[in-house]
Amino acid sequence: MDKRAKLLEIIRQVSNPDANPQPDESLFESGLLDSFALPDMVTAIEAGFGIKIPDSDLNPRKFDSIERIESYLEDHT
Amino acid sequence: MAFIKQFGAYLPSRIVSNEEMGAKVGCDADWIVNVSGIEQRRFADEETVVDLATRAAEDCLGRANIKATDLGMILLATSSAERRFPGPAVMVANRLGLHSVPCLDIPMASAGSLFGMVLASKLASTYGNILVIGAEKMSSVILREPMERGVAILFGDGAGACLITHDKGPARIIDSMIESDGAFAEDLCLEFDQPLKMNGRTVILQASRKIPRAIERILSQNGRKAKEIDIFLMHQANQNLIVRVAKALGVAEEKFYSNIRQYGNTSSASMLIAASEWWQSVGFRPGLPVCFATFGAGFHWGALLAEGVA
Repeated sequence: MDKRAKLLEIIRQVSNPDANPQPDESLFESGLLDSFALPDMVTAIEAGFGIKIPDSDLNPRKFDSIERIESYLEDHT
Repeated sequence: MAFIKQFGAYLPSRIVSNEEMGAKVGCDADWIVNVSGIEQRRFADEETVVDLATRAAEDCLGRANIKATDLGMILLATSSAERRFPGPAVMVANRLGLHSVPCLDIPMASAGSLFGMVLASKLASTYGNILVIGAEKMSSVILREPMERGVAILFGDGAGACLITHDKGPARIIDSMIESDGAFAEDLCLEFDQPLKMNGRTVILQASRKIPRAIERILSQNGRKAKEIDIFLMHQANQNLIVRVAKALGVAEEKFYSNIRQYGNTSSASMLIAASEWWQSVGFRPGLPVCFATFGAGFHWGALLAEGVA
């Protein structure tokens, strides 16, 4: 499974099973993620991609869209 | 070694319903419950932070059956003091008739009462009986225009107190940890005469990680497991956050005392108000550990482990 497909699967897990956000679409503004789904998504990203995201990187802006998450993962995996 | 001798609390009498709050900020009462678990809060219309704090102090001292003159120090945590200085701690001391006892203000939102308890546990061997107070008049902050719906619905007014002593008490403080990180200071802050600024996503994201980790660390350091804890007394920020922390630790939600439905988030007062209520209904039981935990603007966070003694 490629990175984007894996991310989409995680987003669907923590939000809506039918979610299909555009790569640059804000996951918050679109209503897919609320404040309490965000920690779930971050935890799932850590588990899914085998990384540990430090507290200093826990800035919602870094996880606001598929493209931003991909960018973060490229820098940290 | 330090002991918890007693708790006390004071809540102002005026109950503000979600219907009343919703009408002020333009939202439904049910929406407030859904996003926060809060059904009502108390507002101190005329009373000040000093008034609230003094009432909680008197309640705590009365329950402990000790005189104010037996106090060796007062620590008072608040984020809603009415003026820059002098802070409310010395004003409370004055109300209690104390004119030479050292007083220290802790201008810290939400986490202040736990930081006060930790400091008191370290200072009790020198100063004896230390009264820790958390008192907040958050209504004076959240009713500032422009009111932000997501912020205004959360907060209430109240005060809690805890007496910590070097002498014996119903609970021994086993260990504690406190930490701070200013990297996200702008995500939850209150400038003078400005509305409270809160980036809820950052706050929840950070709190969801830091609170369970603090609890796990204090338990691990002392060879305890979460399931062994009699009750968790946590800052009452949001019911959804309390549930999340319980889930992260793998314990039942019922293990976390919660009164946020009745009082909302009373910032630095909330944990001590919760502790005082729990004390009066259940209280420390010999050999059973109790865990306190908090997180607040700064960010500041921490945990404290205590155990009932025979």
